[in-house]
Amino acid sequence: MTDQNGIGVYLCSGCAIGQSIDVDALSGIAASEFKVPICKTHECLCGDEAVAMIAEDVASGGVEKPVIAACSPRVMTDRFQFDGAQVIRANMREQVVWCHPPGDEDTQMLANDQLRMAITRATKSNAPEPWKEGEFSDKILVVGGGYVGLSAALEASRAGTDVLLVERSDQLGGNVRRWSKVLPDSPPYGTPRDNPVPGLIAAVEGDARISVMTDAIVAQTSGQPGQFKVEITNGGSTSEEMVGAIVLATGWRPYDPNKLGHLGYGASPDVVTNVELEEMLAAGKVAKKNVAFIQCAGSRDPDHLPYCSSVCCGVSIKHALQLIEADPDVMAYVIFQELRTPGVAEDLYRAAQDAGVIFMKGDVKSVGADLTVVVDDALLGEEVPLQGLDMVVLATGMVPNSTNIDLPTRELGEDEEMPPLLRSDIDTTAPITVAGYMGEEPAAVEKREETMPEGGPLLNLKYHQGPHLPMLADGFPDSHFICFPYESRRTGIYPCGPLRRPMDMGEAGLDAAGAVLKAIQTIRLVRDGASVHPRSGDLSYPKIGLEPCTKCRRCTIECPFGAIDETDKDYPVVNPARCRRCGTCMGACPVRTISFDNYSIDMLTSMAKSCEIPDEFDEKPRVLILACENDAYPALDMAGLSRRNYSAFVRIIPVNCLGSVSALNVSDALSVGYDGIILMGCKSGDNYQCHFVKGSAMAQERAANIEETLASMMLEKERVEAMEVEISDAERVGQLIDDFVATIDEIGFNPFKGF
Amino acid sequence: MSNGKLSSRTILVVGGGIAGISATVEAAEAGYEVVLVESSPTLGGRVAQLNRYFPKLCQPTCGLEINYQRIKKNRAIKVYTMTSVGKVEGETGNFTVSLNTRPRFVKANCTACGDCAGAAESEIDNPFNYGMDKTKAAYLPHAMAFPLRYVIDPSVIGSPEAEKIKASCTVDAVDLEDKEGSFEIGVGAIIWATGWQPYGAEKITQYGYGEVADVINNVEMERLAAMNGPTAGRIVRPSDGKEAKRVAFIQCAGSRDEKHLPYCSRICCLGSLKHAAYLREQYADAEIDIYYIDIRAHDKLEGFYQKLKNDPQVNFIKSKPGSIVRGESGDPTVKGENTITREIYANSYDLVVLATGMEPSARGEGSSVNLQRDEYGFVVPCVFEPDGMIAAGVASGPLDVSMSVQSATAAALRAIQAIAQGEGK
Repeated sequence: MTDQNGIGVYLCSGCAIGQSIDVDALSGIAASEFKVPICKTHECLCGDEAVAMIAEDVASGGVEKPVIAACSPRVMTDRFQFDGAQVIRANMREQVVWCHPPGDEDTQMLANDQLRMAITRATKSNAPEPWKEGEFSDKILVVGGGYVGLSAALEASRAGTDVLLVERSDQLGGNVRRWSKVLPDSPPYGTPRDNPVPGLIAAVEGDARISVMTDAIVAQTSGQPGQFKVEITNGGSTSEEMVGAIVLATGWRPYDPNKLGHLGYGASPDVVTNVELEEMLAAGKVAKKNVAFIQCAGSRDPDHLPYCSSVCCGVSIKHALQLIEADPDVMAYVIFQELRTPGVAEDLYRAAQDAGVIFMKGDVKSVGADLTVVVDDALLGEEVPLQGLDMVVLATGMVPNSTNIDLPTRELGEDEEMPPLLRSDIDTTAPITVAGYMGEEPAAVEKREETMPEGGPLLNLKYHQGPHLPMLADGFPDSHFICFPYESRRTGIYPCGPLRRPMDMGEAGLDAAGAVLKAIQTIRLVRDGASVHPRSGDLSYPKIGLEPCTKCRRCTIECPFGAIDETDKDYPVVNPARCRRCGTCMGACPVRTISFDNYSIDMLTSMAKSCEIPDEFDEKPRVLILACENDAYPALDMAGLSRRNYSAFVRIIPVNCLGSVSALNVSDALSVGYDGIILMGCKSGDNYQCHFVKGSAMAQERAANIEETLASMMLEKERVEAMEVEISDAERVGQLIDDFVATIDEIGFNPFKGF
Repeated sequence: MSNGKLSSRTILVVGGGIAGISATVEAAEAGYEVVLVESSPTLGGRVAQLNRYFPKLCQPTCGLEINYQRIKKNRAIKVYTMTSVGKVEGETGNFTVSLNTRPRFVKANCTACGDCAGAAESEIDNPFNYGMDKTKAAYLPHAMAFPLRYVIDPSVIGSPEAEKIKASCTVDAVDLEDKEGSFEIGVGAIIWATGWQPYGAEKITQYGYGEVADVINNVEMERLAAMNGPTAGRIVRPSDGKEAKRVAFIQCAGSRDEKHLPYCSRICCLGSLKHAAYLREQYADAEIDIYYIDIRAHDKLEGFYQKLKNDPQVNFIKSKPGSIVRGESGDPTVKGENTITREIYANSYDLVVLATGMEPSARGEGSSVNLQRDEYGFVVPCVFEPDGMIAAGVASGPLDVSMSVQSATAAALRAIQAIAQGEGK
């Protein structure tokens, strides 16, 4: 028997709810089936009067869990916020009366079940007790003392935060230290700017909030946001520091020019890289008269770096301008495929054209030891030998320092599984993978074999999932790089600058500031026991009952954020501040021993079971939809908003993430007579949209495993389907549901119904 | 809304597009009070009008949904739509800002039931679809509008229709007496996230926008491809509804042109590549020509370019076309010289899309404020001396979505620094 104490049911009859369904019948269900002590109806529940009424019930202490049967939980969220109460919403508007015919028996049955599910949810939900154990640190560790690291340290200090800056070399300044001028990021955009790094070093060294360690590497990082314990090796000694968050600014290294033999590197000392030229320029006059710059040396080349390094066009132009400024007789040739000076950097391109720099569009065929560069000139349509050059500059690209290449590559131990590091997101030869791509189906992209990245880990994370920060196939950190670019898959650790994506200094400076903001924010949230993005502010966290735990390790392996470690007895242990509250661990656990205070497998199953399942003679099938709250659930809401009717035989339960759905939820639902089950989530795969990275992929994997279970139960595999929908799929989602229900009609009722 | 004076720890964010929204949630979750003002009836800005983002081809509303949830659950955030900034006085740490509101004629207790739209008869150009279709004079800006609240167009105010609209509302949310107003707030720092507007394609006279049928711009193409657009996602030509299968994209339409926008708008190359993908998705036999100067697919975006480059039905023609005229058949015809082959061409298409650039729309907002701007109107970032006036997103330069978020997150930090500095005084 569940606990009805503290539950109050509030039914809205406004927005056509009262005209479409019998609200009194709902009231009856609350009273008779659930013995809910308080049940009130109002014609406009979101109005001041009704809100005051609920607030009074909450304030008087009688109601701790108001169940609001009205509109979608996605709207009127601020109206239905009551201090000290756990608000449960039953979506009677968008997902009942707006998408099903009024006065219809099936619409009423759906509404009844909608209320049953919400009350059941309330009975199974406890107020979350946030995790705030131990001491927290506000200090930020910045790893890397180049332009980005220096900027990050100063940005943090200006916001009043203490910083520990760790640099692996013996001095600050990184790559940029050796340069004379840099690309402009403020007007005039056409003139190279003085190098800001010496000024930054002085500012950092004079800043009382910043402590600097050079010749130092992070030997080990354990703990969690707010409480990272870092061991720093400096010379022979190791010290330990507590920090709250980590900004990774390990920067980039030039692409190895020794791999560019085809462009003449090594054939002559006068074939140099752009980085080598920087040093020559900084050292003094470069006595060369005829200089050719070869763009994309290693970049945009499937044999080398697949991506564009973003800055090399601007850098070569800057070099040409610097050479011409020092000696107006210099002839500079820039050989390019696509000239990329995006944004206001176009001014720099124009300045170079005005200064007489010659730009040639074409491919470089060969570079001789005598510095003859043969260009297949696109405009002339023929091969042009450039002769009489006295220097050839290879505009090499940027390789992210996602690892410490000074350290040996870590070998996998025996019995050790490959940590989930790489996702092959870039395959330049694959056809466009657009949803619903018509015509010929794109060929399956062969995944690259996952290997341990070259070099040692930057932070050497003492995480069960391994010491590295998860990265993409191109070597950059895995994140939702469009909408939420800072959110790496290790909470509290924020990569920034060219480590994150090739970027120029103006952008890298901003990136440092952004990463510092995220670091400060995370420390603040975890102190309160609250989650960071995307469920920002969520106070619940997964709790594991160790009694039934079989040490299967699924939770530790499947967590997208590496939040779960293992004790020396192989039991899982959650680091709550690393957790992002997707519940993937909960969905992974075969013995249902992982749950949140307000979210559990038992809750989901109980909600599904609370619905009335008509027997087969009623000819009313039931389909359970477990819908991702971020994409699928809003899509269903929007179907309602556009009054798109779909089958009323579905029962929809929103889930934190499809990853939190267990195979047990599916078998439980089948065992109580559901005829079909839809796991409705977002796009998985290379261009994944899941905000918990792997949730929908996990759901598909689990759905595939369920197929075997279905076969053993002699059930049709069509009864369970994992569907990918997008948030704006309002029209399509209705069609998918109707098609699925039609399939169920064809294959017939679940034979377990009624047992 | 109250005239409640807020504390100097409050941050004002001007503009509710992706940059303003991001700056708001990031600053609020770092522990600061934030007031977000947006001059239109809904948050979301330009990105809400995009069909998909490059390079993942995912829907912008997906990320917006998360951000809206973050706003809804955070009591430190106050959102004012149909509100713009009037006068700003004071200094870092202690600004007094007057905010001007336009009438929505619909109160906060609107439930978005839609009865008012049912009662409305007259139609207005639909701003969400850049006027490519009509919407009722009582309308919800779009399904993902935030706040989810209707608007009544001022054109019907004072008419019997307005009374009918008012009478249809069962919760008495229609207020026909709603007036312009203004109120003051005190804030410690201001983030200007005022965004951009498409460069006026009609100014590039030789390209015939507005003169030659079936020449559209890139933001209109987004709406044509969107399921919630004027054609329910069917990419057809505006003149006769014919399927647009042979389509030309004209890059740098206005950008990189000293007569128009001297800078590169950064996003238009990827935008057109994305549009080519829309067409290839919709029509297996689509033939696409992209007229370009340089394809600027920086960093990881290169992979997306390579995919399309490998598509035999997407052709890249290095040329800046000379003109677009109405051909004999009535189809738009692109004329010019191929820079590589030197061939003079006159190619006709079902549809021609001008990849117009972005210009800062900050001219109106904050015009009373002495923000330091470059010659193009972008607010110049103030890096080493944090002051209380901070630009975010495209107000600071032509940026893509990811860079706008980056800029906005940095702006949130700068605002916090300005407040810390103010408190230190």
